[in-house]
Amino acid sequence: MASENLTASSYIQHHLQNLTYGQHPDGTWGIAHGAEEAAAMGFWAIHLDTMLFSIGLGILFLWLFRKAAKKVSVDTPSGLQNFVELMVEFVDQSVKETFHGKNKVIAPLALTIFVWVFLMNTMDLVPVDFLPHLASLLGVPYFRVVPTTDLNATLGMSISVFILIIYYSIKVKGVSGFVGELTLQPFGKWMIPFNLLLEGVGLLAKPVSLALRLFGNLYAGELIFILIAILPWGIQWALSVPWAIFHILVIVLQAFIFMMLTIVYLSMAHEDH
Amino acid sequence: MNINLTLIGQAISFAIFVWFCMKFVWPPVIAALEERSKKIADGLEAANRASRDLELAQEQATKTLRESKEQAAEIIEQANKRANQIIDEAKEQAITDGKRLRDSAQSEIEQDVVRAKEALRSQVSALALIGAEKILGASVDQKAHSEIVEQLAKEL
Repeated sequence: MASENLTASSYIQHHLQNLTYGQHPDGTWGIAHGAEEAAAMGFWAIHLDTMLFSIGLGILFLWLFRKAAKKVSVDTPSGLQNFVELMVEFVDQSVKETFHGKNKVIAPLALTIFVWVFLMNTMDLVPVDFLPHLASLLGVPYFRVVPTTDLNATLGMSISVFILIIYYSIKVKGVSGFVGELTLQPFGKWMIPFNLLLEGVGLLAKPVSLALRLFGNLYAGELIFILIAILPWGIQWALSVPWAIFHILVIVLQAFIFMMLTIVYLSMAHEDH
Repeated sequence: MNINLTLIGQAISFAIFVWFCMKFVWPPVIAALEERSKKIADGLEAANRASRDLELAQEQATKTLRESKEQAAEIIEQANKRANQIIDEAKEQAITDGKRLRDSAQSEIEQDVVRAKEALRSQVSALALIGAEKILGASVDQKAHSEIVEQLAKEL
């Protein structure tokens, strides 16, 4: 724990606080100390820990895969290449099963989502106090190491996917086709307001559900790790080990679901009804 | 939970990662995978073709072998026939030659016999004459009696 006289609730709150950099209400720039200060910064603040880990893990992913892709060999694949090929083939298979059109973006997009989200989720398996404690030794007051427990990260991805959905809907069906899809079904042209409400909610629910599903799963997982960490140190392993093993499944599954739903949404955007 | 600039930062980094993946990671790997699967398909096809070729070649070989065996048998048969023919011809030739030789020898013998008889006859007439001369003690007029003597010799 960060300090000896911490209560359980403040310990939990401390762990759920991002390292937020922004402008204080009094006009100075700096790190927010506590949730109220972070909230007072409003929209124009940034979570340095989320950005650091998400970009770091993204670069790790691209560095690894690029390394394998640069010396890719047809006849004698090496160890790293085998792993990369496995991932690429798995993603390619998933995309081909779901999406039947021609699109050069979807498969790499799906690969990026899968591996990146998986890596970010994997940070959840690092013991909850390990990196924050190291950071506090370096003078960093707050440090959340799992980017996907930050709603900003998941929403950032799902909104990007949402923009792609709208882009491809308009590209494939045209503006009129897309508008028609939103207004003329399911009840025909005499019920346009109702149709618009229904389809609009359906459309907006896609990115929101995408972001909240991933965020909710990982947030809950992290919270339970934090709760386990409050227990006396001698019995922590009895709970944290089973939970971590179960969490391995959650990590992969959530990454896969995010990828799969992205593919499904984008293939729906390509289809005419 | 605060929604703030992190959202936009995440969206931008996500976009950059996807772009990088699309440009530099996905194409070489997927190209290698496709090339490998094509290679494997080609290899399998080549193997199929090779085994088909082998089958054809084996068939061809057995066929050729059978044909050459037949030819060899035919040649041997012909040679046998020819040999028999040659032997027959030679036999026939020998028989005719022998016959001819025997015939000519026989005719020669007969001529010799005739010639000997002739000579004998003439000598007998002379001997008879000498004998008669001796017997008669007198010389017989050869000219006057030659007709008789000759007749005698002919009777011999």
